[in-house]
Amino acid sequence: MGLKLKALTKSPWVYHLSTGSCNNCDIEILDCLTPRFDLERLGIVLVGSPRHADALLVTGNMTIKSMKRAKEVYNQMPKPGVVIAIGTCSLGHGVFDGSYVMPKTVDEVLPVDIYIPGCPPKPEGIIAGVAKLLTMLRQKA
Amino acid sequence: MNPIVFYILCFIGTGIIGMLASWIDRKVTARVQWRVGPPVLQPFYDIVKLMGKETVVPAGSSRITFLTAPLFGLLSVGLVSTLIWSSLLFNSGGFQGDLIVVLYFLLIPSTALIIGGFASRNPVASLGASREMKLMMADELPFLLAVAVPIIHTKGQIQLTELLNYQETYGMIFTSISGLLALIVAIICMQAKLTLVPFDIPEAETELMSGPEVEYSGPALATIKLTRMMMLFTLPMFLVLLFMGGVKFVGISILWSILKFVVLLVLIILIRNTNPRVRIDQAVKFFWYPMTFLAVIAVILALLGY
Repeated sequence: MGLKLKALTKSPWVYHLSTGSCNNCDIEILDCLTPRFDLERLGIVLVGSPRHADALLVTGNMTIKSMKRAKEVYNQMPKPGVVIAIGTCSLGHGVFDGSYVMPKTVDEVLPVDIYIPGCPPKPEGIIAGVAKLLTMLRQKA
Repeated sequence: MNPIVFYILCFIGTGIIGMLASWIDRKVTARVQWRVGPPVLQPFYDIVKLMGKETVVPAGSSRITFLTAPLFGLLSVGLVSTLIWSSLLFNSGGFQGDLIVVLYFLLIPSTALIIGGFASRNPVASLGASREMKLMMADELPFLLAVAVPIIHTKGQIQLTELLNYQETYGMIFTSISGLLALIVAIICMQAKLTLVPFDIPEAETELMSGPEVEYSGPALATIKLTRMMMLFTLPMFLVLLFMGGVKFVGISILWSILKFVVLLVLIILIRNTNPRVRIDQAVKFFWYPMTFLAVIAVILALLGY
């Protein structure tokens, strides 16, 4: 395994992107960073700029308005980077299935690496998903 | 030892100790917040990871200025640390007036960040850079006045080794009243120079994301982070040299030397963790009125011989 990839799995900085969620998933993401769960021990830091990010945490339905923006934010992220879809809405459409403002799902717009289901997923679930993704990345190298 | 080898070793050593200092910062912060905190190698992983990432240059920005500004910051902090190391380790190191050189070079990392922020053509970065400029103007006056106190104590010596020799003979400067006042002012100015809370106004995470460095990515961001980590070593060490009699690496005084540095470091971390952020106008007022007043009192006391 290369040092570069090992370092990437040891310090993934995440950028939090909401593409039209009801805010529940966002609150659960912020929960992960609280002292009780403390993601910083895995090196995970929440950053404010997509330029610093290694992982996009996408929550919520992909609405028409946010499709363009989500693509732009993905292009702003320096590669290599991963996309994590969080919540039932970002997996399919959840309870909003068939809505006229959401023609596409998140994975039709962005290349999603891992899905974390739940409405909203528990912080434990999010941590488990991220840990699985990191293991996957380490094995891929 | 060949001086060139020594200078390179100084640079690398400062980088390593800077990373350790940054880890101490994050770990103590985590413990204050009742968390576990990151592992020891975390700053190293961060830097290596950023080195391996893509560099994105924003469209319409000034490419050369944008990419070289962080390098100038890193170079100047490296120069400062080399001057400080050579004065600390060899009593004959340094030259007449190197204190002035250090003071000037300490300004360059902030200046480089301002130039890089303006060059990135991002409104948030411009706002952060202009705040950084105001903060620099605010904290420079009391800091220089505080640094004047050891110079007055030593009857006008502006060489780092002379200051060390003086403290060797007459005791540490901060044990006098004027020295103590000047040290307090210098610690608070150091907080602003490192842009830590309560003076992290230029990169206010909740409003400006990360200020001037918002558009930086990959190796350029790694350079900025490394500069910041090295400043976290260089500035406390500079204060240890000016006010606390420097460090010695023989026998039991190794522990005493490390203690001086770590106490200063933990002090700024605790200030950072127990304070909210102030506004830029409050910061400028704070530095220009109470802090300058305190520093002037310290200078007057030093002139009177206290």
